[in-house]
Amino acid sequence: MQEIYNLIPFVLISAGILVSLIFEMYAKNSKRIIAWFSVFIFLAAGFHSLVNVDNAQLFFNSMLQVGGNINIFIFLFNFAAALVVLMAMDYSSKYGNNFGEFYILLQSSVLGMMLMAGAKDLFVIFLGLEIMSVSFYALAGLNRMRLKANEASLKYFLLGSFATGFIVYGIALIFGSTNTTSIPQIVDKFGELTHNLLFMAGILMFLIGFSFKMAAFPFHMWVPDVYEGSATTVAGFFSTAGKTAAFSAVIITLGSVFMHGNANIFEPYLVVLAVTSMLYGSIVAIAQNNIKRMLAYSSIAHAGYLMIGLASGNYEGIAGIIFYLAAYTFMNLGAFGVVALIEGKDETNLTFESYTGLSKKQPFLAAMLAICMFSLAGIPPFAGFFGKYYIFIAAIKSDLTWLAIVGVISSVISIYFYLRVVVIMYFNETEIDLTVQKSNYGLLAVVISVILVIIIGIAPGSLIDLISSFLK
Amino acid sequence: MLTQYIPIFIVLSIAIIFAVVTVSASKIFGPQRPNKEKLSTYESGMKPVGTTRERMSIKYYLVAMLFIIFDIEVVFVYPWAVNFKSMYAEQGISVFFSMLVFLIVLELGYLYVYKKGGFKWD
Repeated sequence: MQEIYNLIPFVLISAGILVSLIFEMYAKNSKRIIAWFSVFIFLAAGFHSLVNVDNAQLFFNSMLQVGGNINIFIFLFNFAAALVVLMAMDYSSKYGNNFGEFYILLQSSVLGMMLMAGAKDLFVIFLGLEIMSVSFYALAGLNRMRLKANEASLKYFLLGSFATGFIVYGIALIFGSTNTTSIPQIVDKFGELTHNLLFMAGILMFLIGFSFKMAAFPFHMWVPDVYEGSATTVAGFFSTAGKTAAFSAVIITLGSVFMHGNANIFEPYLVVLAVTSMLYGSIVAIAQNNIKRMLAYSSIAHAGYLMIGLASGNYEGIAGIIFYLAAYTFMNLGAFGVVALIEGKDETNLTFESYTGLSKKQPFLAAMLAICMFSLAGIPPFAGFFGKYYIFIAAIKSDLTWLAIVGVISSVISIYFYLRVVVIMYFNETEIDLTVQKSNYGLLAVVISVILVIIIGIAPGSLIDLISSFLK
Repeated sequence: MLTQYIPIFIVLSIAIIFAVVTVSASKIFGPQRPNKEKLSTYESGMKPVGTTRERMSIKYYLVAMLFIIFDIEVVFVYPWAVNFKSMYAEQGISVFFSMLVFLIVLELGYLYVYKKGGFKWD
């Protein structure tokens, strides 16, 4: 019975998709029912995995694992999805993607992410990635009357399937050189395989495919257009849960390599990606006038900071990445939630002009957005500061001090465009009137994320200790 | 060394001989009454030469997608049915129920398409 008990999050979400489909077919007021039902199963699955964080177990001929940091990832995916559902309840009718399928696709993408986080086999990673990506392509273009959403969906689909091709080719090369797709077996053989050109090419192609999913620099082209074109809630989900899922899969493969005591031979690749993503994201974000595009470039920069943790290649780096992902999920969801609340009908009120003098018109929303921006910029005492702190410490510990310095410089650059929003909201005056549609659920989701950002920022020790205890 | 590849070469040469013999035999012995339609390239009923940006109804894509539901079903059910006896002897009744779960999931998707009007042509 213990076996099924630990699998409950997976079973819940899978069954939830089927039950939601039946609701969508037969229930009269299906949208509200499915929305609340999906919030319920997301919270149930998320808190189940958080409570059972100590129960590590392997399933299905050691193809899937739960327990430890995998459960923390599962909690993050589910909690982020629950917040997105809360935000979308009123936003969807405003934007025009108020379909029951929205919540069903959200559930199936979360199922894919959970498979990616728990995978112990390259094919399970691929399966989860495909479930997640196909749901994402559909989510981006769910309202087919909007041209921008169509463009975003098609662009994401074409480039995303190209990246998936890289991953499959990489898996094929890895299988060709090791005769196995099981990650623990590959890690066992890793030491003797580092001089095998076929194997290293396979791992690099695998990494390139995932760099695309993480939105790191040379593979970032889709990010601004997709975030701008798709609904704000969906863009918030892409940038938080989607990025977290891609990093969880890479941590599973590369992380077990670190734990096996090999030196980090992927350091040159990861360092180049980290430096270019950080600087490119931070500098180009300055030139943006659309807040969704600005957040998209900031997401590229954050992919760069997370890459520092991978490049440093030690336990602290992995723990720092997981901590940073938790902090980033909540602060970015909070920011996207406020943007979704302020956005008017037909994608209006997205430029910085709309935020002028927001502190007078909507003081509470302005305060929430300001906290999220301070946290994204990495100013203490919010969660974003400690995320960067742990990652830079990890870089210094593995003699990559210069990389940490570049990271700090890039953070300083990014303060300009994050705090510009705050300055516009608090110190500029305008005559233009802003009508904001009231949404209690959206506000609730924003408040929950901001509270979590503050709690993680005030007490980072307990979370980082929990994460580190599973890595030792 | 290469002796283990001999069966492959045998299959390859038989395939080549078969293709050459049948094509040339029909060319030599068959009646030849060519016309314009017969000589044009066969493209499943479409015009072989013309603009590549021809538009067609999106309904065809829907049919192609729905075909996959049944296609996948058959692909999985066939080997399962063939091996059912030996698997049943090994693992018991769970073999039956795992396929049942698969079919329920698949048929639910089918029902969803039906309810949403995916089978209506007009």
